[in-house]
Amino acid sequence: MLITQIGNYSLILGLFLSIFFIFYLILILYGFIKIKLNNIYSILFIQLFSVLISFFSLIYSFVISNFTNETVYNNSHTTKPLFYKISGTWGNHEGSLLLWLLVLTLFIFLFFIDSKKQPKIYRLYTLVFQQIIILGFFLFVLFTSNPFSYIFPVPLEGLGLNPILQDPALAIHPPILYLGYVGSSIIFSASLSALVSKHINNFWAQHIKKWIFISWIFLTLGIMLGSIWAYYELGWGGFWFWDPVENVSLMPWFCLTALLHSILVLEKRSELKSWTIILSITTFSLSMSGTFLVRSGILNSVHTFANDPGRGVFILTFLFILILISILIFFFFKTEENVRENKIYWLSRETSILVNNWFMIFFLAVVFIGTTYPIFLEVLTSEKISVGPPFYNKLLIPFLIPFLIFMAIGPNLKWIKNDFKKVNFYKFFVFIFLCFITFIFAEKFKIKNLFTIILIISSLYLLISSIGDLIFKRKNISQNISHFGFSILILSIVLNGILSKEFSGNMKIGEEVKFYNEIIKFKKVETFNRENYKSVIATFEIENNKKKLILLKPELRIYNQPNIITSEADIKSSFYEDKFLVFSVLKKNNIFNVRYQVKPFMIWIWVSTLLIIFGGFVRLIKIK
Amino acid sequence: MKKNFFYFILISLIIFVFVLLYTAVFKSKSYIPATTINKKIKEFSAKDLFTDNEIEIKDLIHDKKITIINIWSSWCAPCRNEHIYLMKLSQDSKINLIGLNYKDDRSKAEVFIQELGNPFFKILEDPDGLISIDMGAYGVPETYIIDDKLNIIRKFIGELTFSNYEEIIDIINK
Repeated sequence: MLITQIGNYSLILGLFLSIFFIFYLILILYGFIKIKLNNIYSILFIQLFSVLISFFSLIYSFVISNFTNETVYNNSHTTKPLFYKISGTWGNHEGSLLLWLLVLTLFIFLFFIDSKKQPKIYRLYTLVFQQIIILGFFLFVLFTSNPFSYIFPVPLEGLGLNPILQDPALAIHPPILYLGYVGSSIIFSASLSALVSKHINNFWAQHIKKWIFISWIFLTLGIMLGSIWAYYELGWGGFWFWDPVENVSLMPWFCLTALLHSILVLEKRSELKSWTIILSITTFSLSMSGTFLVRSGILNSVHTFANDPGRGVFILTFLFILILISILIFFFFKTEENVRENKIYWLSRETSILVNNWFMIFFLAVVFIGTTYPIFLEVLTSEKISVGPPFYNKLLIPFLIPFLIFMAIGPNLKWIKNDFKKVNFYKFFVFIFLCFITFIFAEKFKIKNLFTIILIISSLYLLISSIGDLIFKRKNISQNISHFGFSILILSIVLNGILSKEFSGNMKIGEEVKFYNEIIKFKKVETFNRENYKSVIATFEIENNKKKLILLKPELRIYNQPNIITSEADIKSSFYEDKFLVFSVLKKNNIFNVRYQVKPFMIWIWVSTLLIIFGGFVRLIKIK
Repeated sequence: MKKNFFYFILISLIIFVFVLLYTAVFKSKSYIPATTINKKIKEFSAKDLFTDNEIEIKDLIHDKKITIINIWSSWCAPCRNEHIYLMKLSQDSKINLIGLNYKDDRSKAEVFIQELGNPFFKILEDPDGLISIDMGAYGVPETYIIDDKLNIIRKFIGELTFSNYEEIIDIINK
């Protein structure tokens, strides 16, 4: 069909523009051609436009169920609702790469408009580096995963989108996450270019900070959406499973968060130059390795798109070329920092930010080892191991305690040098008071684990001190909000972990089971026919000791294409706790497996993450 | 000197990681759900593509030969690619190769066979894809090796490759 041709050829146009553009920019940089900014704007715009056209032609193919297109055939079906036909565009390997390209070209266009006040050489070099990345992605899409391949003869019906991917949170999860990843590519190119054009100073820091905040906001939001999806759709009753693919998005987040803090030191004090550059390079490399791990089929998980070694090798080679180039550039252009212009004192804001960075790098290292070590081990010894939550909990939780306390103290220190006598000692009394309260609380709920108790104390301490700063100081509202959000996040995760209750067992229709102070009543099962699936809905009543009734209606969906059964948990959220119920059919008729969970403070995990993001957002607005 | 040494270590470390990951990519990841192995396939009957007679799968099983069921379609590109291996397998006298034609148009299927040759002892039709779904297939092509009691011995998801072909020959000669 014509639409497939249009999409394909506009992609090829984009590729040639990219190659031409790199040569053009190099000629300008070496002084062979005079720089004409208008030309650059036009090339950037045409490139963006061509990717946009091919993206829309793919969406259109999905909407009209154009099965001459292999991607559409593999991932769509005529009976699928329109919303999921559209989201199916990026719910697969080929389409999602096209989305990557779209965001890449969009961001570089915006970057170029936004960086008008920066030196020309710096802007041009950034374009060169970014175009190299864009070129790599063009080649990757066109040669290994072209979304516009034909099928002949034309099949009548498509294979359908995996039902567990048919979920609103998941429809927007990949695009948001990509905005974060691609934002980090802008930071990467800008840092390399700042190195080459010797433009690493506070002026640059001020300008790149915006991009750091943008990608940080989107990355955080993307991770949160993925987690929400896992909680509501996978029906395992958890929100984070330390699955390699989840870790892969968390690693650039640690790095980006470290960068977010260290860029402030560069901006205010012109220190930590090399370190900032290293963090920028690492953040992008980690985002790319995330793409590699997910797309190469090295990992087996719900996210694995295609097991095609060719693709894996392409990204791997591309990734390592980028890493090698950036290392070479770094060593070649690095300015010596041995002679310090400014002295760094141990009790100062700079030091506290450095402490934050150490912690972030530690967390990153733990997650990195946990994720990659099994892969390395399998290659070297053919032994399969799996690294699960106990590993991460044991290594991360103890370090969260000092981290939380530093988060409370650090922001109140002054830049350059803080007088030890001016440290606020009244907070110390708050701390002791909190210890007292927590121990009473622990006694009541029979929490025996000392670590948990100390963790609760330290997150409460952060909570109180950030509220205090928010109310009394109002110097740095965005930071206070984010730190406040983080304290609630840790607090709700810990309380959720220790106070969750679960019932799991087989029940017949009409049966009642007593569970703590509640009674679970299994009322009935009904069957409905829906657009592209058959729905089996069960009705449960939960009665508490005050005779208050709550209705829960979990669902089983039997999809027709592909033929898969998914279970939709019914979740009743309240301010204080979530009630989570999921059921599945057993072989014997009339007996169902029922899993009922009471999960306290679940909603606060999402609210607090939103608060953290909101803090970043407030800061972003203030930059402009 | 010290800096160069550091430089050297870093680069060699990166190359080491590259080689490691490169090997990892090529490690076979053909993932077979453990639940399908040693399971029986459901008995079924289907129409013969050429004669239109209803045939029971039980009647096609030989106790002296190993049965291979290949799910294919004329519109499926990988099926075209794997066809040469099916042709080779059909020359082996110990193999009883049965085709299951998935969601296809009869005339197109016949053209496909005329064009590329017929490796199959019998071709059964699966016009709505229900038989394939019952067998636990995800799509086309898929290839099942089954014994005379309809137990699945081995299952290949996707296009057969040369190494798959060799593996099948090994299984046959055991």
